[in-house]
Amino acid sequence: MTQYLDFEKPLAEIEGKAEELRALGRANAEMDVESEAKALDAKAVQLLNDLYKDLTPWRKCQVARHPERPHCQDYIAALFTEFTPLAGDRNFADDHAVMGGLARFEDQPVMVIGHEKGNDTKSRIDRNFGMARPEGYRKAIRLMEMAGKFGLPVITLVDTPGAYPGKGAEERGQSEAIARSTEKCLQIGVPLVSVIVGEGGSGGAVAFATANRVAMLEHSVYSVITPEGCASILWKDSEKMREAAEAMRMTADELKALGVIDRIIPEPRGGAHRDKAATIAAVGKSISAMLKELAKKDGGTLVNDRRQKFLNMGAKGLAA
Amino acid sequence: MNWITNYVRPRINSIFSRRETPENLWQKCDECGTMLFHRELTDNLKVCTNCGHHMAISPRDRLTALFDGGIFSELKVPEPVTDPLNFRDQKRYPDRMKAAQKSTGEKEAMLVGLGEIGRTPIVAAAQDFSFMGGSMGMYVGNAIIAAAQEAVKLHRPLILFSAAGGARMQEGILSLMQMPRTTVAVQMLKEANLPYIVVLTHPTTGGVTASYAMLGDVHIAEPNALICFAGPRVIEQTIREKLPDGFQRAEYLLDHGMLDRVTPRTELRDELITITRMLLNQPPAVRGDLPPPAEVPPAPAPETPAPEQAEAEAAPPVAKK
Repeated sequence: MTQYLDFEKPLAEIEGKAEELRALGRANAEMDVESEAKALDAKAVQLLNDLYKDLTPWRKCQVARHPERPHCQDYIAALFTEFTPLAGDRNFADDHAVMGGLARFEDQPVMVIGHEKGNDTKSRIDRNFGMARPEGYRKAIRLMEMAGKFGLPVITLVDTPGAYPGKGAEERGQSEAIARSTEKCLQIGVPLVSVIVGEGGSGGAVAFATANRVAMLEHSVYSVITPEGCASILWKDSEKMREAAEAMRMTADELKALGVIDRIIPEPRGGAHRDKAATIAAVGKSISAMLKELAKKDGGTLVNDRRQKFLNMGAKGLAA
Repeated sequence: MNWITNYVRPRINSIFSRRETPENLWQKCDECGTMLFHRELTDNLKVCTNCGHHMAISPRDRLTALFDGGIFSELKVPEPVTDPLNFRDQKRYPDRMKAAQKSTGEKEAMLVGLGEIGRTPIVAAAQDFSFMGGSMGMYVGNAIIAAAQEAVKLHRPLILFSAAGGARMQEGILSLMQMPRTTVAVQMLKEANLPYIVVLTHPTTGGVTASYAMLGDVHIAEPNALICFAGPRVIEQTIREKLPDGFQRAEYLLDHGMLDRVTPRTELRDELITITRMLLNQPPAVRGDLPPPAEVPPAPAPETPAPEQAEAEAAPPVAKK
């Protein structure tokens, strides 16, 4: 059963009606409900198309946070083989908000690292809702370093509301860990590609997404602060998140226009959560294409290109 | 007549008598409440002479206090696109910029200066918290990159004074991209084996702490400066408990291994001179005997050019046999 977002209410009604009708049909064999139900189905499809054709930035943000959206572990399970998780920062702990390890992508050994939000109450708490602590970033640093040493391409999957704002996280140097992770991204002489599959929340996302190529799912978002946070600071009212989401330019289209991301991966009708397999396959194709673009470059070129890309960023602004 | 003497004249007098004590002559310490004589406070680098509280100091005053004889030249920062997102909250971003420029008299939130400290040539950058919370946008990123490039070109150390609420939200994702951009700047310095010293001042938070401010060779903070990623209010809302005293203050970070030193502003210059000279493998600085630039006698004869003379003065005293 799909969880509907608030703006999908009309859709929920239609789909609910169709469902009721079919249940009625099953109970009374002589009733012919199929044609009517089909008409409702068609109406639902039409509505879904209309709803998702022009999602506002705030609605995209809601879709990006949808609990049933495919997460890091879904991508790893479907796209990678021989996944061997590697744990710990060798310092303090293993952060479950960040998963990573060795794996094969299209038979090539790679290092895959990503935020994992979890998919039920228990796993969400275990994963801390995808909000990494310093040890998560330090684990990622360790894995990236290893990948650099052994010449393995690094693939990062970004899906985090942001780095965890907690007492222990601050005491153990949350900012330093993020800064070092970004620094490591800029140092390694292997291809580094990143896909923002859900929420790209602030510094917690940058620490993984400072890559040669960055792709973004169509309804993912990537921003300096959550719309709620921005609204409460600039509008002094966290209910103004719609305006904030609009003003901040956090959607894939806008980020591509600004040159912050390189490609947009289209999502199935009604968002990634309505057809996980198709979404995952599209992400796989995109990763494969990005790795091919980088395959011929040597380590030094990869590092220089990456740095130059970020140094040049923002030179144009939005030509609007 | 009565109306004039009883009402109008006192009014006129009161208007003029208000000017007797100009507001800028005294400043109240926000910490201990002592009224401080303005000139005394400025001479003490805006550190309260009573309780040692460090008040905000403008980047220009800071660089003037840092460099020998207060002399430095300003580095031109490449101009970014203005208002790249056409951002508008309750006000338009360009209007907020204009207001900040008017109130601070500065162009943007970072000032880069070239000069000497203890006769060691350095590049210094200072962030301005009074300019839109010192927030890091394209200009601040450009300033740090320009400072690093200049340091590499001239083979000088970079000393950076951080002060910011974090990223500049009005530049959205582009402000976030200053995290990797400034990190590239730090890498340029590291690859050239040049010292990069960060002085973290009150407050340094958010994306600024999580990029260039935490990547220094040496981290020095001013006493009681707030230094964090997420602010105390955000954390209290998240964990729903009271935070310990002094949480996220400089001394707390020193205890937790995030800083090398906590140093009062009045001792900073000497300490920076000592550290940079050691990192550059130079002899100890000669203190106290340097004549101000104006008093340097003109070179008497062409055979003894001035630069050599300056070098001889900077050299350590040689023990007499």
